[in-house]
Amino acid sequence: MMETWVILGATSSMARGLARALADRGAGLLLAGRDMADLEATAADCTLRGARLAEAVKFDARDPSTFGPILERLGKEDGSLNCACFVGSMPPQADIDADPSLIEGVITDSFTGPARFLTALAPMIEARQMGCIVGVGSVAGDRGRVGNYVYGSSKAGFHTYLSGLRNRLTRSGGHVVTVKPGFVDTAMTWGLEGMFLVAPPDAVAASILKAVEKERNIIYTPFFWRYIMMIIRSVPEPIFKKMSI
Amino acid sequence: MWKASEYAGWGRVHKAQGELARPERARALSALAAEGPALGKRRSYGDACLVDGGKAVDMGRLDRYLDFDAEQGLLTVEAGCALGQIARDFAPRGWLPAVMPGTGFATVGGGIAMNVHGKNHHGAGAFSDHIIEFELETPKGRKTVRPGDPLFLATVGGLGQTGIITQATLKLTACKGDLMMVTERRVPDLETFCDLLDESEATYTVGWIDATARGEGLGRGILEEGETGSGLVPAAKRGKKIPMDAPGWALSAPVVKTFNAAYYRRVPLKGRTVVKPIDDFFFPLDKIHDWNRLYGKNGFHQFQCVLPVEQRPVLREMMAKISKAGLASPLAVLKRMGPGSAGHLSFPMEGYTLAVDFPNRKGAASLVHELNAMTLDAGGRIYLAKDSVATAAQVKAMYPDWQTWAKACDAVDPEKALVTDLVKRLELRTTT
Ligand SMILES: Cc1cc2nc3c(=O)[nH]c(=O)nc-3n(C[C@H](O)[C@H](O)[C@H](O)COP(=O)(O)OP(=O)(O)OC[C@H]3O[C@@H](n4cnc5c(N)ncnc54)[C@H](O)[C@@H]3O)c2cc1C
Ligand SMILES: NC(=O)c1ccc[n+]([C@@H]2O[C@H](COP(=O)([O-])OP(=O)(O)OC[C@H]3O[C@@H](n4cnc5c(N)ncnc54)[C@H](OP(=O)(O)O)[C@@H]3O)[C@@H](O)[C@H]2O)c1
Repeated sequence: MMETWVILGATSSMARGLARALADRGAGLLLAGRDMADLEATAADCTLRGARLAEAVKFDARDPSTFGPILERLGKEDGSLNCACFVGSMPPQADIDADPSLIEGVITDSFTGPARFLTALAPMIEARQMGCIVGVGSVAGDRGRVGNYVYGSSKAGFHTYLSGLRNRLTRSGGHVVTVKPGFVDTAMTWGLEGMFLVAPPDAVAASILKAVEKERNIIYTPFFWRYIMMIIRSVPEPIFKKMSI
Repeated sequence: MWKASEYAGWGRVHKAQGELARPERARALSALAAEGPALGKRRSYGDACLVDGGKAVDMGRLDRYLDFDAEQGLLTVEAGCALGQIARDFAPRGWLPAVMPGTGFATVGGGIAMNVHGKNHHGAGAFSDHIIEFELETPKGRKTVRPGDPLFLATVGGLGQTGIITQATLKLTACKGDLMMVTERRVPDLETFCDLLDESEATYTVGWIDATARGEGLGRGILEEGETGSGLVPAAKRGKKIPMDAPGWALSAPVVKTFNAAYYRRVPLKGRTVVKPIDDFFFPLDKIHDWNRLYGKNGFHQFQCVLPVEQRPVLREMMAKISKAGLASPLAVLKRMGPGSAGHLSFPMEGYTLAVDFPNRKGAASLVHELNAMTLDAGGRIYLAKDSVATAAQVKAMYPDWQTWAKACDAVDPEKALVTDLVKRLELRTTT
């Protein structure tokens, strides 16, 4: 079955892992992001690994004018149209506290920008009656914490959006996977304090692909984060508000 | 950007505490080039890949294929790509890295900076003999470097002291497929071993040597000769992992002696030819992840030298000394090297190369020290990728071009920002 994937935020090492795994099985890839030179390198890599098509395309979550051309390019491909979104930004909470104007950017990168793109993609999936959307959220979206609650709330918003989109697309044969990674060993977390049980990005990519194949709805990756978050969510608010985790 | 890290060389005798950057984009490298040297997968045994108290750049995330010319077998690849990965991906298409060391984890950058050799050195030469060009991000800016350039001679085998190799174009070698036809034979003693190695016409030749055997059987072992082939064999099994440090007795003298005797007899008296996946032949130890932990928490030393062909008697003396000391592990390898290659500090030169692992027990470091001295006296050299005990004077005498090299490094790295623990220990960039 011919498949084409738009990878939003394809410079992320998790995204690179997924792109390579998709290339291995001969998928077509539109690698979308802001750093064109880096995307070109990943495109070359994916082509040499067996991708049917691998092109770098410009995508800026904060510039909706970049969305249309990607969707247009995607529409030219036959078969299933799919998208995996890895876009997100997490400036230190202290920086945001000092400059609240940063909030819009975080919400746009991690939630509203991708949501706007995916909402424009949805009718194309509906029209073909097939296709998969993978949205990468975060365990940080499961409960607001003092350390990153603006980033966390953008992810919470994105989770809710994805749940609704799943509800919509399922009617026409499309599917949406919500991915909630725990700590992953990427550029975003390199050198941050307080990291534990850090997963390699390729392992996360592999679990995403498996979830796509099995049409899972919501996955935690690595899986044990489901249980960690179950516990964290169950702490009563009067106690939780005094904790610093 | 910088992460406080504790890390070690493969032998785990030397350790470092320092700050590591691990860029995921090639563009980041120009800003990092003046901060510290590049590191590959840290498969060097000693302190060549350590910067204690300083900064270094982990290249592991820059591992993409950038271009491939399927007619000529020219592969352009980012420097953090592991050579074993290239072998796995390209052998089914009929191409292999022309030179592969005994671990597939070694990266392209580490392969250039140590000018590594493989089981085919007698015919194919060293890593530097198969480079079309590479990009070098020096503290003084970016350069494209080709064979013959002065910077080429300072960078191949150059211990990462000229800058960060960001990507390289390699000439791959054609292969018949991703299988190896391997002929294994018992070799009764050292003299016969050297003769057989001299005469071998196989593309890939390597000797496993029983470093515990004495008397008549001194230097006995197994000769393996391999050629690539194609066909169908079951897929390689998933790797196993050593979960913890082994206790001290795991590699004690009686255990090793018993193991080696059994390993020797494993090959029938008349020899045999077997078919193996390429990984099993080229990287036999990689299947067991973190096998260095078998040596316990004190780690181990590897001694590797190359001796000129006419120094067989010294090789014999070395083997006698090693077996008498009773410190050797089962990992001991003898190979025949062909003529040397470019690079002021490149290790390979015509002769016999012997590599033996010693658990870091009492007497191991001083034994290696004695073997180093014997190497120098015999007009040979030791391999800096393995060394952790040599002295500055010894190494400078073995590598007489070191001053030319040091000057070339200083020209692109005047602040000496790229010095590693090995370069510091051996005072290699101290030219006065
Ligand atoms: C089991 C085993 C078997 C081996 N067998 C062989 C063998 O048969 N033949 C052989 O020649 N060697 C052999 N080796 C040694 C190994 O191939 C070398 O030490 C090699 O350099 C390791 O590569 P690395 O990527 O891990 O580099 P590291 O060990 O991390 O670094 C080695 C040196 O390369 C420099 N370097 C790394 N990347 C770059 C870069 N991008 N730019 C500039 N400098 C860089 C570092 O600064 C350092 O000086 C073996 C090692 C093991 C563990
Ligand atoms: N690392 C973790 O522990 C962890 C845990 C849970 C969830 N996550 C999520 O996983 C995803 C991938 O993150 P990562 O860890 O791999 O970090 P990363 O390398 O920083 O990835 C973030 C990605 O988002 C892109 N991006 C940010 N703002 C953008 C914008 N305005 N327009 C277009 N692209 C933009 C970045 O592209 P540029 O190259 O253009 O900057 C980059 O590709 C993120 O959504 C992150 O929130 C990570």
